[in-house]
Amino acid sequence: MDSLLAILIDGLVYSSWLFIIAVGLTLIYGVMKILNIAHGSLYSLGAYTAASLTGLWLSLGYAPMGSFLVMLLSAVLVGAVFGPIIERGLLRFMYGRDEIVLVLVTYALFLILEDVIKIVWGVNPYFLYQPYSLLGSFEILNLTYPNYNLLLCIVAIIIGLVLTWLLQKTKQGKILIAVIHDREMASAQGVHVGKVYFLTFTLGATLAALGGVLTAPMISVQPGIGAETIVLAFAVVVIGGLGSLPGAALAAIMVGLVRASAVHLVPDLDLFSVYLVMATVLIFRPKGLFVTQEQRKI
Amino acid sequence: MKDQTYTYITGAAIFLLFLGQVMPKWAVFLATVSLCYGTIVLGMILLVRNGLVSFGHGLYYCLGAYAAGTLRPFWGNSELLVMLAAAIFLTAAVAFILGFLLRKYRDIFFAMLSLAFSMILYGLLSKNAALGSTDGFNVYVDTILGVPLTDFEDPRYVIFGITILGAWISCMLMHRYLKSDKGKLAEAIRDNELRVEYLGANVSTIIHFNYVISAVLAGIGGALMAISIGHIDPEMSYWTTSGEFVFITILAGSGSVIAPFLGAFIFETIRSFAYEYSPNTWQMLLGITMLVVIVFLPNGLWSLFAKIHKKINQ
Amino acid sequence: MSLILTTKNIFKNFEAIKAADNINVDIESNSTVGLIGSNGAGKTTFLNIITGYITPDSGEVYFEGRRITGTTPRQITHLGIYRSFQIPQIFDSMTAEQNLTISASIAIGHQANKQHLRASERSLITLVKNSMDQFQLGEYRTQLAGNLPEGVRKLLDIAMSLVMKPKLLLLDEPTSGLSADEKFNIMDMVMTAVRSKKIAVLFVEHDMEIIKKYTDRTLAFYNGQILADGTTNEVLAKKEVREHVLGNV
Repeated sequence: MDSLLAILIDGLVYSSWLFIIAVGLTLIYGVMKILNIAHGSLYSLGAYTAASLTGLWLSLGYAPMGSFLVMLLSAVLVGAVFGPIIERGLLRFMYGRDEIVLVLVTYALFLILEDVIKIVWGVNPYFLYQPYSLLGSFEILNLTYPNYNLLLCIVAIIIGLVLTWLLQKTKQGKILIAVIHDREMASAQGVHVGKVYFLTFTLGATLAALGGVLTAPMISVQPGIGAETIVLAFAVVVIGGLGSLPGAALAAIMVGLVRASAVHLVPDLDLFSVYLVMATVLIFRPKGLFVTQEQRKI
Repeated sequence: MKDQTYTYITGAAIFLLFLGQVMPKWAVFLATVSLCYGTIVLGMILLVRNGLVSFGHGLYYCLGAYAAGTLRPFWGNSELLVMLAAAIFLTAAVAFILGFLLRKYRDIFFAMLSLAFSMILYGLLSKNAALGSTDGFNVYVDTILGVPLTDFEDPRYVIFGITILGAWISCMLMHRYLKSDKGKLAEAIRDNELRVEYLGANVSTIIHFNYVISAVLAGIGGALMAISIGHIDPEMSYWTTSGEFVFITILAGSGSVIAPFLGAFIFETIRSFAYEYSPNTWQMLLGITMLVVIVFLPNGLWSLFAKIHKKINQ
Repeated sequence: MSLILTTKNIFKNFEAIKAADNINVDIESNSTVGLIGSNGAGKTTFLNIITGYITPDSGEVYFEGRRITGTTPRQITHLGIYRSFQIPQIFDSMTAEQNLTISASIAIGHQANKQHLRASERSLITLVKNSMDQFQLGEYRTQLAGNLPEGVRKLLDIAMSLVMKPKLLLLDEPTSGLSADEKFNIMDMVMTAVRSKKIAVLFVEHDMEIIKKYTDRTLAFYNGQILADGTTNEVLAKKEVREHVLGNV
C-alpha cells in the first residue's frame, strides 16, 4: 500500500516535471514545425542562470523566499534574451526547409550553446539546494515529501491551464491556431506569421528555461544536463503526438507513472522504461496519441 | 566517364597500409578512428539516400562493440574474426527485428524512434553491473586467425591493417551496391516514395534492407573500434554519439562512398587538436561548421570536391 | 470483346462527402474510355480505388475476372495496371533518362528477375531508349526532372507508366495545365503508343475537345455517381451532362 502510494506520488511529481520540460517543445513544434534540440540548451541556460542569480540573491542576505521570484525572473530573462536571438538571428532564415534539416539546424545550435555555457560557467557543478528545502515538507502515511514537489505539480497545472486558456480564449491564441492549421491561409488573411513565430519561439524558450530553473534546486547543475533532458522531452512529445498540448500532458503522466513504478519495483529498468513506453505507443499509434496519420493527396 | 572509384579506394587503402609503417603512434590512432567512423557513416549515407537520418545509430555502434567485447569475458574466446562475426550477426539480427517497425517511419519520426532505441540500450547497459555499468570494460584480442597476438612483432599495426581491410571491403561493396539497380532505388524513394510503389517496387522492403546494411556497417565500425581502442562503455549508445555520426554525415555528403571517410578524417583531426588546445569550444566549432554546411553546402563537402574535380577535367 | 476491368457497387464516403456512390463500370480490353465530371465528382477517387490507394467502404473491383479489391498499388502494377497522375509524380532530383531507367529497372526486376543479368541490362537500355524516342524526350535526357517544363513533366510521368506494356493504363488529367498545342501533341504521342501496344485506357479529362477526339466511350461522374455512360457523342449530348458537367444548358 505504502509503495503504491509512493509510486503514485513520485509518478505525479515526475510527470509534472516532464510536462514542464516538454510543453515548450511541443508548442514550438505545433506552430513552427521545428523539433528544437536546442530546447535542451535553453533548459541548461535556465538552470545555470537560476543557480547564479539566486545564489547571488541569497549570498547578499536578502529574504530567502525571494529566491522564487529571482528564479522566475531567471527563466524570463533567458527566454527573453535567447528566444529572440535564436529566432531572429537564425531560425527565420530556415523556414520552409525540410523538418529534418530544421532538426539538424537546432542540433548545431545545441552544440554551440553547450559550449557557450561551458565558457560562461565553466565545467564545475553549481548547486542551488536552498529553495528545495525552503518550503518545508508534508507527511502522508509515514512518507515525507518536500513541499517543493508540490510546487512542481502546481506549476505544471498552471502552465497547462494558462496555455489552454491562451490558445482557446484569446485573440492571439486563435491566430496561433489558425497558423497551426494552415500557414498560407492565415498569411493570406493578414496574419503576420513572422510575428506569431517570434512570439511562439520566445514563449517556448521561456518555458524551456523555466524547466531548467525549477530543476536546478534538485540536481547539481553541470554540463550534460541539457543533453539528458532533451531526449526525455522528445519521448514525451512524441508519445503525446508532436504539437499536441493535451498529448504532452497525457504522455507526461504515462511516462511519469511508468518510470516511478520502474524505480520502485525494478530499478534496473529506470531509464529503459521511458523509451519502452515510447516504442510501445508508436507501434500502435505511429504519430503519437493525439495525432492521426493522414494520407497524401494525389 | 569511367568510374574510377574502385581504383581510388584501393589506392587509398594500400597507401594507408604503407603509411602505417612510418606514421607516429598518434597518427595511426587518428587514422584508425577515422576508418571506424567512416565505416559507420558509410551506412548512414545509405540511409540519407533513402531520405532518412538516424539519430540512433549509436545503437549498432555500441552493439557491435559489445558483441565483440563480451566474447572473452563470457565465452572465453577472443579470436578477432569471431569478434567481428559476432558484431555482424548481432547487429544484423537486431536491425532486422527493429526494421519491421522503423521502416514505417520517415523524417523526424524515424530520427526520434531510432534515438529512442539507442537510449534503451544505453539505459540497459549503464545499469548492468556484469557489463561494467557506466564504466564499461576493457577489450582484449587473444588471437588473429588463430595466431596469438603476442606472436606478432607489432600487434597494433596488424590491427590497423585489419581495420583498413574492413573499411576497404565495406567501401567497395557499398559502391557496388549503390550503383546497382536496387541501390539506385534509394534515391528514387527519397524523391517520391509513392511513385516507386506505383511503379511496382516495395518501398518498405528496400528501406528495411538498407537499414540492416547500415546497422551492420555501424556494428563493424563499433567492433573495430573496440578492438583498436581496447575499451568500451555505454556512452557509445548515448544519443550524442549518434549525433557525431549525423554531423559527419552532413559534413561529408552522400555523393560518394569516399566522402564518409574524408568527413570522418576531418572530424577526428579537428577533434584531436581541439581537445588539446581548446576543449571548451570544440562543440561550438562543430555547431558552426554544421550551420555553414547546411546553408552553403547542402550536399556536403563532397559536392565541393565533385565540382572542383569536374572543373579540372574540363 | 472481353472485359478487362469491372467495378461493382463501389461506395466511398469521406466524412459527409460521397466520393463514390454506387459505381458500376465495365471496361473492355483494348478500348479507350474517357472519364469526365466537375471537380469533386469523384474521378480521381475512382482511379485511387481501382489502384488500391484507397479502399472502398463497400463494393468490389475485378481485373480480368479476378477480385482485386484491397490490393495495394504495388501489387496492382504487377497485374498490369499502371497510372499517371494529375500532378506529375516523378523523381525531381534525377534526369529524365534516370527517371525512365528507374521505371524500367523496377518493371524488369519484378517481371523477369530470374533472367541473366546481362540480358536484362541490355533490355533496360533498349527500353529506355525506345521510350525516349517514342515520347520525344531525347532533348531533355540529361536535364533534371525538377527543372523541366510542366508539359514535359506530364509526358515523362506518362512515359514512366508506359515503359513496360501495361494491360490497363489510367491517366489522371494528362493535359491539364497545358497549352492547346501541347495538349494534342502529347495526346497524339500517348495514343499512338497505347494503340500500337493494344492497351486499354481510362482517362480523366476536362477538355471536351480531347475527349471527342480520342475516345469512343465516355463516363460522366457527378457527386460520386455515374451520370451517363455511353458513346462519347451520346454522353456529351445528354441534358444532365451538359448541365452538371459541361456547365452550359
